[in-house]
Amino acid sequence: MSQKILLSSKEIHIILHRLACQLLENHLDFTNTVLIGIQPRGIFVAERLCDILKTKYGVAHIDLGVLDITFYRDDFRRGDKTLEATKTKINFLIEDKNVVLIDDVLYTGRSINAALTALQSFGRPAEVELLTLIDRRFSRHLPIQPNYRGRQVDAIDGEKVKVLWKENDGKDIIYLIKK
Amino acid sequence: MSELSVHHLLGIKYLKESDIQLIFETADHFKEVINRSIKKVPSLRDITIANIFFENSTRTKLSFELAEKRLSADVLNFSASQSSVTKGETLIDTVNNILAMKVDMVVMRHPNPGAGIFLSKHVNAAIINAGDGAHEHPTQALLDSYSIREKLGDVANKNVLIVGDILHSRVALSNIFALKLQGANVKVCGPKTLIPKHIGSLGVGVVSDLKTGLEWCDVANMLRIQNERLDISYFPTTREYTKQFGVNKGLLNSLDKEIVIMHPGPINRGVEITSDVADSKQTIILNQVENGVAIRMAVLYLLASKIK
Repeated sequence: MSQKILLSSKEIHIILHRLACQLLENHLDFTNTVLIGIQPRGIFVAERLCDILKTKYGVAHIDLGVLDITFYRDDFRRGDKTLEATKTKINFLIEDKNVVLIDDVLYTGRSINAALTALQSFGRPAEVELLTLIDRRFSRHLPIQPNYRGRQVDAIDGEKVKVLWKENDGKDIIYLIKK
Repeated sequence: MSELSVHHLLGIKYLKESDIQLIFETADHFKEVINRSIKKVPSLRDITIANIFFENSTRTKLSFELAEKRLSADVLNFSASQSSVTKGETLIDTVNNILAMKVDMVVMRHPNPGAGIFLSKHVNAAIINAGDGAHEHPTQALLDSYSIREKLGDVANKNVLIVGDILHSRVALSNIFALKLQGANVKVCGPKTLIPKHIGSLGVGVVSDLKTGLEWCDVANMLRIQNERLDISYFPTTREYTKQFGVNKGLLNSLDKEIVIMHPGPINRGVEITSDVADSKQTIILNQVENGVAIRMAVLYLLASKIK
């Protein structure tokens, strides 16, 4: 097993700022836009972006939710292990809102598919966009593409993209792990 | 620990402490789901569940059915009174006929203790015991403990008093197993005739005076007097029972602390507890009912995920 650094802490920092600017360009003051981080790892990206938008760009208020997709996944009973749920916390209505779904890595698109189904339980959004930090292209099982992407990478099926965050893992870094 | 150690839920006796914690954590997530405006998730969309009730039930059956539907399972309902059981069909034949219709899980209530265990050895489906005679009623005990955890933060080291007919009560036995497993202290209180002789072997204390018991406990679980199971007289009159073992507002006010009152339902108002107690803020009876759906969703979800 070998691993190479895909993005350093500094590169992640720059990319997050760029993504925040792109969101700002499309959504301005976020009065009709909500950010939803997908559990378990998308919430770190969502929290960082929310923080940058508030502190660097003076956005007064952003609705930020976290969404667990476990009960909506299409691989229930297909693996060896029980799929363990995590917390969902969406304290606002998404009816007629612009929703930005946020995840760390877009791979097959199945998680996003589950997230889109899960979102329906919280109302009918005006529009849903997708933001991912890493987009593993050529590996989609479903016709799903991001509206905002941090970095596009080519990784084959045996490889794994691992995203580490300072608040959870001690440092910001993204590895490409080859088996 | 991310999966159950069992393939069936036959009784609390067969569970580990980590199983109970996993069920509670999963139920937390389902509780959030059932408080959404759209209360349904698609997890069990390819699972078919038969609810087989050989004994009357209202809330357990409704609660299971709702939990199954909230998980998007297909549901078959079967009551023994309207079936071929009355024509002499055996339990295994009845269930195998139902399973031949490609059913994955069976929720069963049966008047005979051990019916679920027997079934689990003979049929190929995940079995959930919804009450087997005077033996166990595991989902009730789970939702009771879950409600205590929700109200008091934890079950460990809490003092729980179970009052009433301990002898015939599957709720009492399952509760004792569940509470002891989680490190709670348990005492029982009731007429001597309705306390099993060897109850001490389960690590449970006995109090004969209700007020002494209430002063000791943090939670009192008031069981229903099950007139349908009392084939002979275990106490002189209902009035006398109420006088000695019924909880009323005056008795609760005379205690120097506020305790939590639970009841598995259906309540005999004016027998085990008076109406003013049943409707007071100290009781968590309706929380128990709400939690029942979340707990049953958790049990169904976790057991279904082991069906391959």
